[in-house]
Amino acid sequence: MPVTRGFRRRRPDGPEGRLPPGQYDVGSGWPVLTAEATPRIERESWSIEVDGLVDRPTTWTWDDVQQLPRSSYSGDIHCVTTWSKFDVVFTGVSVDSLLDVAGPQPEAAYVMAHSSTGYTTNLALADLTGGKAWVVWEFDGRPLTAEHGGPVRLLVPHLYFWKSAKWISRLELMAADRPGFWEVNGYHDRGDPWLEQRYQGDP
Amino acid sequence: MSGAEEAGSFDPGGTGATAWTTGRIITKDLPAPHLVRLRMHVEDRQRHWPGQHYLIRLRAPDDYTAQRSYSLASDDSDPLVEFLVERLPDGEVSEFLADEAEVGDVLELRGPIGRWFRWDTYTPSVCLVGGTGVVPAVSMIRAARHHGRSDQLRVMAVARRPDELPYADELARFGATIAYTREGDDGRPPGPPTADELAPLLDGAELAYVCGSARFARFAEDLLLSSGLDPQAIRVEKFGVTG
Repeated sequence: MPVTRGFRRRRPDGPEGRLPPGQYDVGSGWPVLTAEATPRIERESWSIEVDGLVDRPTTWTWDDVQQLPRSSYSGDIHCVTTWSKFDVVFTGVSVDSLLDVAGPQPEAAYVMAHSSTGYTTNLALADLTGGKAWVVWEFDGRPLTAEHGGPVRLLVPHLYFWKSAKWISRLELMAADRPGFWEVNGYHDRGDPWLEQRYQGDP
Repeated sequence: MSGAEEAGSFDPGGTGATAWTTGRIITKDLPAPHLVRLRMHVEDRQRHWPGQHYLIRLRAPDDYTAQRSYSLASDDSDPLVEFLVERLPDGEVSEFLADEAEVGDVLELRGPIGRWFRWDTYTPSVCLVGGTGVVPAVSMIRAARHHGRSDQLRVMAVARRPDELPYADELARFGATIAYTREGDDGRPPGPPTADELAPLLDGAELAYVCGSARFARFAEDLLLSSGLDPQAIRVEKFGVTG
């Protein structure tokens, strides 16, 4: 592709090796991108269900998840709209803790994450296990606000952030992959920021 | 989207895989000091729906790139694609487009993108848009006129003052309801749009398209919900800090 006449890099590269291709450091900001009206959900009425291809379909309420071992993520997040945010801290529970209770069946290979708004996003089960994914309700030590997906959202920080479904309500384990909301709408099925898997048609 | 497609209905495709291409700037003007309008010829252009967006990517000599998403103001029948971009302070891409880009320059483009925030040109719909968030509504207006279905689309456009509303004349000609929050206008006192002003536009509308800043979108969502619209009928496109 041709060089754009007159265009020069103005931003520094950011910390070595931490900015995926095509991304920029948003600094202290945290842009809000959602496709639907922001729901107002009380912690007391929130719950999450893990079902589909599991041995023990299970629902956790707010009080139930508080009984699970707390787990935090400290690191970077990357949005497909090209901002990255460094050194964020989210706290909640590891998705592994939920799956340990529900017991994925051998044929389970994919997961559809559902939000209470009807939003969905599809993930490989392998992208949600092994300490790579969380269900979180705190950001930098404070309750997660509704516009950022509170009271509770999914966090899958090694993939573009649309995979980290806001207002998470259900993880449905499946044998075969099935596109979620943005994936039907032209976005990539996996969404690895280091491979720039933004849209359908990317590698 | 509800209902079966009618015979002869508009279906430009344009919802599948896209690849990067290039486009040449054919016209450039600054309708206001903070706004730049570009009309571009796109190589290997795909057809598009009103409401969809493109990516514009800039490439430095060291191969550093910056890209942003911009809604189209043009409709599919236009031989060129039209962007209306707000020049944001420190906006890496928007400042370049406003200050540096010239007619004849070639930029990298990719689109159309988005299947969600698009209008099929026949479902009765209302747009509640603010500031440069009017851009996708302008594309919808142009498509509605082109297809002779202006009665299926209603638009309420909100800005602080007349000089901060892009496409004000085109919106007025279409019959859009316009609300200025900081200045009175033809007997209307300054202020945000009210439920009473919105009610006649919502009559019979099956979908609502909200576009504007995060702050505007929050206001618009609340107004639509308190007016009794089903949350599932609201489609939102927000922008602001991503420059």
